[in-house]
Amino acid sequence: MTTSTALLSVCDVTRRFGSLRAVDGLSFDIAEGEIVGLLGPNGSGKTTMMNLVSGALKPDAGTIRLAGSDIAGLPPNRIARQGIARTFQLVRVLPSMNCLDNVKAGLGFGAQPTWGATADSKAEGLLERVGMAHRRLTLGKDLTYMDQKRLELARALALQPRLLLLDEWLAGLNPSELVEAIELLRKVRGEGVTMVMVEHVMDAIRSLCDRCVIMNAGAKIAEGMPAEALAEPEVVRAYLGDDADA
Amino acid sequence: MTMNSRSTLLGAVLLLAGVVGLALLPGFVGGYGLSMAINFLMFAILATSWAMFSGPSGYVSLATVAFFGIGAYTVAVLGEQLPWGAVLLLAAGIAFVVALLVGLSTLRLRGVYFVIFSFGLAELIRQVVNWYESTQAGSVGRYVFLDITQEQIVWQLTAVLALLFIVGWLIERSRVGFALRMIGDDETVALHCGVNITLIKVLVFSLSAAFMALVGAIVAPRWTYLDPSIAFNPNISFQVLIMALLGGARRLYGPLLGVIPMVLLFEYLSSNFPHLFSILLGITFLAIVYMVPHGVAGLIDSYVQRYRERFPGRRVGKNQQKESAL
Amino acid sequence: MAFLDALLNGLTLGGMYALVAMGLTLQYGVARIMNLSYGEFLIAAAFSAYWLFQVQAINPLLALLLVVPVAFGANWLIYQIMLHPLVRRSRDRGELEVNSILATFGLLFVIQGLVLLIFGSNYFSYTYISNVFMIAGSPIAADRLLAVGVAVVLGTALYLLLVRTRPGTALRAVSVDPRAAQLAGIDVRAASAMAFALGGGMVAASGVLVSMFTTFNASMGVVFTMKALIVVIMGGAGHLLGALAAGLTLGLVESFVAVYVAPGLTLAATFALFLIVLLIRPTGMMGRAGA
Repeated sequence: MTTSTALLSVCDVTRRFGSLRAVDGLSFDIAEGEIVGLLGPNGSGKTTMMNLVSGALKPDAGTIRLAGSDIAGLPPNRIARQGIARTFQLVRVLPSMNCLDNVKAGLGFGAQPTWGATADSKAEGLLERVGMAHRRLTLGKDLTYMDQKRLELARALALQPRLLLLDEWLAGLNPSELVEAIELLRKVRGEGVTMVMVEHVMDAIRSLCDRCVIMNAGAKIAEGMPAEALAEPEVVRAYLGDDADA
Repeated sequence: MTMNSRSTLLGAVLLLAGVVGLALLPGFVGGYGLSMAINFLMFAILATSWAMFSGPSGYVSLATVAFFGIGAYTVAVLGEQLPWGAVLLLAAGIAFVVALLVGLSTLRLRGVYFVIFSFGLAELIRQVVNWYESTQAGSVGRYVFLDITQEQIVWQLTAVLALLFIVGWLIERSRVGFALRMIGDDETVALHCGVNITLIKVLVFSLSAAFMALVGAIVAPRWTYLDPSIAFNPNISFQVLIMALLGGARRLYGPLLGVIPMVLLFEYLSSNFPHLFSILLGITFLAIVYMVPHGVAGLIDSYVQRYRERFPGRRVGKNQQKESAL
Repeated sequence: MAFLDALLNGLTLGGMYALVAMGLTLQYGVARIMNLSYGEFLIAAAFSAYWLFQVQAINPLLALLLVVPVAFGANWLIYQIMLHPLVRRSRDRGELEVNSILATFGLLFVIQGLVLLIFGSNYFSYTYISNVFMIAGSPIAADRLLAVGVAVVLGTALYLLLVRTRPGTALRAVSVDPRAAQLAGIDVRAASAMAFALGGGMVAASGVLVSMFTTFNASMGVVFTMKALIVVIMGGAGHLLGALAAGLTLGLVESFVAVYVAPGLTLAATFALFLIVLLIRPTGMMGRAGA
């Protein structure tokens, strides 16, 4: 747990909603270049954790360090400028803007904002990268679900993030779209982007993630290589329940 | 982007023609023509500056007359003590600061709170001015005796309108304008893209308020007598909203498309059906909300969008053979 | 005795504000309609009561039996014809709020225009009961006391209706989560129309009661709308008890500001209170924290 080598270091983070501890003293590290899956049953606090890292929520206790500097409790726009980009559990594109502008939204306000002609050509490039060059002038609201997901990814990549948070980015896709989407993520991974993904699609986790952090009831119950972590008895119990209940 | 520079050129030519036309206008029309011209210009500036903030951001402001009234009252209080230019600057400055304070406290909250607060703001300021005038200044109501002619009002308003279009155009193509459109579409996304949404909203809101106050200040000499119920008449906010919505608030030129028919309509209604004015106003407004929710400019845009999608890579208006895009 | 006067006055005023706001909390909390024409219905009801009393010699309490059902029906129709299309057209709650604000803003001018056309812009009032009671040395008008009494009865009835009956539970379910309510077999459109109409009935009732002891004119609706909105937001949308607490707070603040600061600054005090509550607790005094 040396903070000097970790890109993201979450330490003893707690967040309560009323009497419910959605995240309860959670700690984990993400190294540069890693892809880590954040797993757990529904309601185990994964999305809350993502919201804490991206600034949508403020932690009640604990520290979150990005490359050594504490970002816990900063507003989302400042965290975005420090290099954390995210996608949303329920896909969010800018509905009245065309795809080009949707990507420019990510380019114009990040750590190294670009604007004007440079931004136009960069946006074209990013749309190309996610396979949406032919949709550049289509409005966000007119896109198919899969295309909205791609566009969201392009927007997040436009921020040139040091860390990319994907919140169930693969959810709701049909099998052929899923293959395509996993291929796309593999490409992004090949470009060296560090990622944390909340995911329920096990195939994707096995083929993409270097490591998994598994949560239950707000706390970490296992960590390690996907296959090993998922096989731990406590993980099995969290997902399938105790023998007594079964 | 040749299309972009072409439409910029077209806009500049139209703006220049408009300014020259309006500047020469007083030489050709009589008193009635001048007063209609003042009406057009006044509502054109109010509606355009309303739309500069509310159009892209989606934050409906019902406080137009609050800032307009601040401008008018600045003239009523200080008009005879300071040089005219200083009075105008001060009017814009006061409105800017008031908008800044209102914006900082309400624009950080959910949109609906802002709407409600803006709805009451004019009433609030009216009552405070009323209270101040009656208890501290001695009498409600002031006389404005300034040596400013109708022609001069037209010229000043023309200059402000031109300035507003230039400022609006600069904002629209800048990152500030772009961020404001992002906020209107999805505030959460804007925030997570690194946009300081409060700063952007408050900045543009205050800027639009300054323009509204300028209008109030410039037309104040027309009244000669001013009291809070004249300066803060809520009908003005309402009419501005109707005009901007009819024209389409998401385009800089949109509100103008609404101002021209609506000023004529209001003129016609108030002279022919003074008793039914409010009812007819309400019905007109409802018709616009239900039938042209995105305004005339919105209709044009959706036509353009459909055309572009069917013929990507073409320019609208070019006469080329149709073929399938897919 | 200024203190006791202000206290009593504030409590009766606050009780009325609470009643006025209860209708709006139903319309906004359940039907999700931000109704800017709300106060116009109050004024229209006040004028109806005036007309019934002066011209038809029907006393205001009987007038309630006439005015409230008419307002209920009218509001039900307004929801079904005017507002439901907006519900269908809006993508999310925020958009519905903006659309309903715009539509009811237009409605405001139509109703206000009608009242102006019929009654003109003068101030009106009538005397139903002219007795004055003394409470611990402070005078309080009997008509005001009666109005507050009826308000308490109506408020309690509404509360019991919502908490103790099946249709009331359906309304509360829609208020918490329209989509989940639909899954539980609740007809959300019917429930919303019912809530909107009930709110319309409540505001008409408060209009009749207010007319018993206040002077009113055709353009006062906006002020009532503002106060009702502030009470609803302070109390948390959809919360009847929150509306009561916020209404009383508002009444007391206004009354004390009028006595101890300046009568001309009551609205400023209202707004200041509103802002303070919003900045400290954006979900309202009794609203749920973090959805």
